[in-house]
Amino acid sequence: MNNITDSLRMAHPEVILSAVTILLTAIGAFAGRKASLVVSALAVISLIGVAVIAAIGVPVGIAFGGSFISDAAASYAKVGIYLMSAVAVILGYGWLGRLSARQFEYPLLILLAATGMGIMVSAGDLISLYIGIELQSLALYVLAAFRRDDPKASEAGLKYFVLGALSSGLLLYGASLIYGFAGSTHFDVIAAAVKAGTGTGVLFGLVFLICGLAFKVSAAPFHMWTPDVYEGAPTPVVAFFTAAPKLAAMVLILRVLYTGFPDNIEQWRQIILLIAIVSVGVGAFAGLVQSNIKRLLAYSSIANMGYVLIGLSAGNHEGAQAVLIFMSLYMIDATGFFAALTALSRGGKPMETIADMAGLSRTNPAMAITITLLAFSAMGIPPLPGFWGKFYVFKAAIDAGQWPIAVAGLVGSVVAAFYYLRLVKVMWLDDSPGAVDKGPLDARIVAFASALFAFPLVMIGLTWIEHYSGYAADAFGLL
Amino acid sequence: MDPTLTPIGWFLWTLLYVLIVLMGVMISLAFLLWGDRKVWAGVQMRKGPNVVGPFGLFQSFADFIKFFVKEVIIPSSADKFVFLLAPLISFTLAFGAWAVIPFAPGWVVSNINVGVLYLFAISSLGVYGIIMGGWASNSKYPFLGALRSAAQMVSYEVSIGFVIITVILLAGTMNLTGIVEAQNGGIWHWNFLGGGGLKNLPLVVIMVPMTVIFFISFLAETNRPPFDLPEAESELVAGYQVEYSSTPYLLFMIGEYANIVLMCALINLLFLGGWHAPWPEGFTAGWPDLARNFYFLLIFIIKIVFMFFMVAMAKAIVPRYRYDQLMRLGWKVFLPISLVSVVVVAAWRVFVTGAV
Amino acid sequence: MIQALAFYVMAAVTVLAALAVVGARNPVHSVLFLITAFFSAAGLFVLLGAEFLAMLLVVVYVGAVAVLFLFVVMMLDIDFAKLKAGFAQYLPIGGLVGGILATEMILVALAVGREGAAAKNALPDANAGGASNIEAIGQVLYTDYSYFFEAAGLILLVAMIGAIVLTLRHKPHVKRQDIGAQVARTPKKGMEVVQIKPGSGVEL
Repeated sequence: MNNITDSLRMAHPEVILSAVTILLTAIGAFAGRKASLVVSALAVISLIGVAVIAAIGVPVGIAFGGSFISDAAASYAKVGIYLMSAVAVILGYGWLGRLSARQFEYPLLILLAATGMGIMVSAGDLISLYIGIELQSLALYVLAAFRRDDPKASEAGLKYFVLGALSSGLLLYGASLIYGFAGSTHFDVIAAAVKAGTGTGVLFGLVFLICGLAFKVSAAPFHMWTPDVYEGAPTPVVAFFTAAPKLAAMVLILRVLYTGFPDNIEQWRQIILLIAIVSVGVGAFAGLVQSNIKRLLAYSSIANMGYVLIGLSAGNHEGAQAVLIFMSLYMIDATGFFAALTALSRGGKPMETIADMAGLSRTNPAMAITITLLAFSAMGIPPLPGFWGKFYVFKAAIDAGQWPIAVAGLVGSVVAAFYYLRLVKVMWLDDSPGAVDKGPLDARIVAFASALFAFPLVMIGLTWIEHYSGYAADAFGLL
Repeated sequence: MDPTLTPIGWFLWTLLYVLIVLMGVMISLAFLLWGDRKVWAGVQMRKGPNVVGPFGLFQSFADFIKFFVKEVIIPSSADKFVFLLAPLISFTLAFGAWAVIPFAPGWVVSNINVGVLYLFAISSLGVYGIIMGGWASNSKYPFLGALRSAAQMVSYEVSIGFVIITVILLAGTMNLTGIVEAQNGGIWHWNFLGGGGLKNLPLVVIMVPMTVIFFISFLAETNRPPFDLPEAESELVAGYQVEYSSTPYLLFMIGEYANIVLMCALINLLFLGGWHAPWPEGFTAGWPDLARNFYFLLIFIIKIVFMFFMVAMAKAIVPRYRYDQLMRLGWKVFLPISLVSVVVVAAWRVFVTGAV
Repeated sequence: MIQALAFYVMAAVTVLAALAVVGARNPVHSVLFLITAFFSAAGLFVLLGAEFLAMLLVVVYVGAVAVLFLFVVMMLDIDFAKLKAGFAQYLPIGGLVGGILATEMILVALAVGREGAAAKNALPDANAGGASNIEAIGQVLYTDYSYFFEAAGLILLVAMIGAIVLTLRHKPHVKRQDIGAQVARTPKKGMEVVQIKPGSGVEL
């Protein structure tokens, strides 16, 4: 009995979130669209609340017989995930209001996805890994197709769903192989079994598992869905896609590889490095030919996942810390970018191509400065967050002796800088085709806040992030 | 030595059992069918079948021979294999389900642990006969009938499932004999009054509605009026069986009636005490086993006939539901009620009677 | 002896039906073969002593999931010739994937065979400790695995919300039955007595 109460206490954020979700579902079902504001507001409040609980109020330990891990890493990731989800609810509420299609299901799906991500980052065995991923992905598929009357959104949702189902199949196949050879679904037992020697069967499973997870973070060569989904799905939803789910999946990869297979580091490092290099290459070169900014950002996110995986391949404490720092900074940067895109429209039509951005510095200088800052950050110009993320990642890789890979990553990031520069050039030097709408307040605030973080605040924020991510990285039980 | 211990002996013994049950059900079906028509006729102030045999009692046998010797017509554009398979499936499943029905203590072909679940599984398969028949006919009315039946039967299975769960919670077993034995001891032990004596009597508030819901849902599940939309003659001519004639039609019809009688038996087993009479049965204690079992069998048959009479009356006096009303009733009325009931009964089991 | 016979019959039917699912030209026949495969798989479960799982397989997959499959497939308007045309085109890649999976399964089987896992671990007792397997499953499902059980419930909730979000449309000009309003109707509300002057109509 005591056992289950302890377990529930460790899972407080998820328990609260699911209870709130069910309550809000009932409110929405009975009150209909009128309840949209109440549901969204309560969703934001509860997301922020559980972020606080995850930060300060959750005991460290292992719950539910080892399937749920509550440690510093999980708490660190949960704070980021829940805050980003709250931002997504706010952005989405404004966006739906502008479409006059205020549906109360939007915040519900975000809440459910957030719960799934909480389960993912706390996963202590293969079953909770899979359940968390499915809970999160199913909600995301629906969100991608949320504007069901828009053929592009439906296409995005369908593509995401079909490819996602395929990746889940790969993941399950891998998981069952691992279970079959290691004899357990728990990561720690798997690690012990691998240490005792289980042959190559487990490695087969591990390859499939990594493939499935790589799909979830949209690393090449499992990235095919990303550009189409980013282009078709609603912009606030994409803002959500680039942030929280990627952090959750990255922490999950860390969890699987660092606690489940610490002794196979030589084997999985090769796979991770291959994926990382291909991602950086695809992201950098394919991004060059894009004209749609959402597609461009999709390739940018693929490249960024490549950098993260380079850091991850270090396989040590620095590697884990670098991954967490990079993901935190990248989430803020990418959310700001998409919030800026949400805020920009000309004559009621969203500005989605690079050509649309021409002369933005004269028509809407504040937004132009914001986007410029974010673009410079993504390029990796020194005092901005993007630089620090890459700094930690490449440092971890070089310290672990992976310097050729780090160099390749740097080359990729130089190539990728071209398309950000093109965007900046178009904004500042080209002539504007006409005035830009003022843009909704919520999206502007999120964009400005992100820009503010990118320039002065990052110096203070980084010390915090470094401090806490250090603790979080300790939790992975590695050197 | 017990002949059932050797494989061959066991096989022959089971075969004998199966044959007895099969023949018994078939012959009683013939008379129940006659009774059905008589009740229907009585309500409409007609005479009903009264020509073949005394009171027309052998009408069903005459019909049987007629169907049997007629020519089997298969539409030229039909999917021949599936077309002929469909009635066979209906027929086989309807009789396969009887394998787990206990007629008296120990009188059962197969006394499996998951008897209730087996019946539930078989009844959920029943929809295939209809869908396949409707589709394979390659004709509009049968197809519409098939679509209707698919949606209807799947919908009502859900509430039937929940209702069955309440009974399982009360009895604490899925074995049908076990469920009946749990209702031993007089009418106040029957599940429709809460099952478990006077202590459980407050549950009557839950269990009587459950019994009613089960009865109505089984009418929908077996496509009986007022839920006979798959074969609604005023809308779809004869629904999924428009293109059927002769023996295949006969198989469909026998299957349908076997299912109805099966459901009558099931509602008795689950809610109405099975083979137990409403009065205490201590006086039978000294009887020889065989006599006792025949006494129980008699009670069981009387109850089945009573339930069948209710079904026949429903057909005679209730007008057909419209399709949207049917769906509304299943999903918006029965499902919530039965779901809440499961929760209440489970709570009762844990907090009042004490969990097992 | 009867058990062995039943096993071989049902295993053979399962495999042949599964092949027929892929091979059948008519998608409806494919679904029917799929049902056959499910059904014989349930039979295999019964042979293992797992009668509860067998019944669940029939209730859930055959009784509900496959019915809806059949429902959808029957209503599809498919050009079979066109489908067949694509078959050869995708054969190489399909064969490749199938080949990889088959190779891996053989590898796994070989590894298991070499290490003697099958011989080392006897067939688990379906009714261990005297509890029937329904009780045994219930015991662990609601205790050790309650976390997964609840989380899986959330997944189903997502599926439900998603299906409603993506398909429910409140069309304006649809008349819906409101039973409450019907029952609450009184003659006073339903009728109006109008005096009509000769030669003039009634304005409604």
